[in-house]
Amino acid sequence: MPVTVGMKFDMNREKMRKLEGFIAMTLSTLAAMAGLFWLVFILGDVLVHGIKALNMGLFTNDPAPAGIEGGGLRNAFVGQIMITFCATLIGVPVGVLGGTFLAEYARGRTIAKIISVLSDIMVSVPSIVIGTFIYAVVVKPVGHFSGWAGAIALAIIMIPVVLRTTEDMLTLVPWTLREAAFALGAPYYKVIIQVVYRGAAAGILTGILLSIARVAGETAPLLFTSFNNSFFSVNMNEPIASLTVTVFQYAMGPYESWHAQAWAASFVVTIFILLLTIIGRVVVKWRFGK
Amino acid sequence: MPSQQRRNPADIVFSSVTAIASFSVIVLVIGIFYVLVSESSLAIGRFGITKFLASTDWDPVRESFGALTNIYGTVVTTVLALTIAIPVAIGIAIFVTEISPNFLKGPIGAAIELLAAIPSIIYGMWGLFTLSPIMSNHIEPFLKRITADIPVVSILFEGTPMGIDILTASVILSIMIIPFTASISRDSFNLTPSIVKESAYAIGATKWEVIKNVVVPYSKLGVFGGIVLSLGRAIGETMAVAFVLGNSHRITTSLLDAAATITVTLANEFAEADNDLYLSSLFYLALVLFVMSFITLAIAKLFLLKAERKYSR
Repeated sequence: MPVTVGMKFDMNREKMRKLEGFIAMTLSTLAAMAGLFWLVFILGDVLVHGIKALNMGLFTNDPAPAGIEGGGLRNAFVGQIMITFCATLIGVPVGVLGGTFLAEYARGRTIAKIISVLSDIMVSVPSIVIGTFIYAVVVKPVGHFSGWAGAIALAIIMIPVVLRTTEDMLTLVPWTLREAAFALGAPYYKVIIQVVYRGAAAGILTGILLSIARVAGETAPLLFTSFNNSFFSVNMNEPIASLTVTVFQYAMGPYESWHAQAWAASFVVTIFILLLTIIGRVVVKWRFGK
Repeated sequence: MPSQQRRNPADIVFSSVTAIASFSVIVLVIGIFYVLVSESSLAIGRFGITKFLASTDWDPVRESFGALTNIYGTVVTTVLALTIAIPVAIGIAIFVTEISPNFLKGPIGAAIELLAAIPSIIYGMWGLFTLSPIMSNHIEPFLKRITADIPVVSILFEGTPMGIDILTASVILSIMIIPFTASISRDSFNLTPSIVKESAYAIGATKWEVIKNVVVPYSKLGVFGGIVLSLGRAIGETMAVAFVLGNSHRITTSLLDAAATITVTLANEFAEADNDLYLSSLFYLALVLFVMSFITLAIAKLFLLKAERKYSR
């Protein structure tokens, strides 16, 4: 009876298809669970160890001599803030203005496309290469490591990030808005500053926040630019401590007390970066969601 | 730009300033390349190009330097990390776009993006203190045991499981790149028009068949671009691997041995290089890394642009 055989074959085939689908769906779900598992595992670990090692002395004291209990990381907190702040001062204006050129004056031109693609590549270029570059052009001529060298290295990492988000955000502002302003006789720069920037402010701000989050956790470009300093210093012309380089040094070091402080420093860096990222996401949702 | 309008002087100034700011990117790319070449000229003159790339020497005392051990470490950790990361990342993307109930899509997407935001030094330190003991006490002995009788595979797991080795570094690297690959794959999957998917459902396809035969073929350019982009990121990752790779300059067949990548060598030795040739060789390594990652990222960008053009049509 060929018909029945055919039916039977079809039933099996259908079962196989359903089984295959079930297996694939289960594997995908497991993959998603694995992703979440790592997040919970890593964050949980940093939280547990970090909170345990956290105390006021960490923020108010300078490091104790190597191997001796106590002491804090005041120098590294201050250094990190100074380097990141100076990097933001250099990187954000260049990035925003550069993005403005691509989205406004050079809109649709080949040069805008080229710079845009190059920036996308620069966003992912190994940060340690930027460190070696700054070593060659800043540290070597000056003759010593300095906070400025670190800030410039971070600024270079920031520029393409800010530039690309600014370009994208300005492109989202409707062209008719600019035409309305042109019709009133406003020159282009006034249109950009008073109309376009206002329309894109939330998006540009998000880009800036995310770029700060990006560089605040960078370690590799600071290793041979701002180097490290176990004493308190606010002089950007000298080697200056940063949280991330301190974490590297302390975690690789032999002392238990160093390890505890490395966890605490990681905790602070992680919380800071995650907060910036979440704020950025909320702003995007609030401004562009649905 | 309205051409009939006479250019306002302030506008000329403003447009020039923005132009200079955006050309800084081109200046930086060319500048980095030029500076790295000129700084490594001493080593280039001494070792040439092929000899440097093919030599396994890395001996500061005899002043003989070659990049092969570093390139080998970079390639092996990257390939291994991608092998682990790609299936998981694509699984996550499938889950988020096709399987998950709507109320879970947002939180899981957000979680993946947070994972991407955690700085690499946190991954590295976590790897050293938490993952490395787990690897050396449980996972690596287990892998040794089950592969002991398989002829070729057992070579991969020779030696004492220390936890500071290629395998641990690759696992951390894979955890780091999963979010990138997953979020780009998710965005590509999302671009599949629902009408195409619905047509497939209408002729009786199961969910998996729709994904396999409609969504993946439709978005493969974007997914591939995302994978190459992750490759580019993994090549240049420093801190996540610096803690657990051991910085040992040799070519090893066992995944349980310490090794060195270009980035790890730079991180560990750059500030300590005590003579010109040593420093110049390190710059040469940085140049090799810059060229490798630049080419990879350019290829990734090419695919993503192609994908973008295809979808916008």
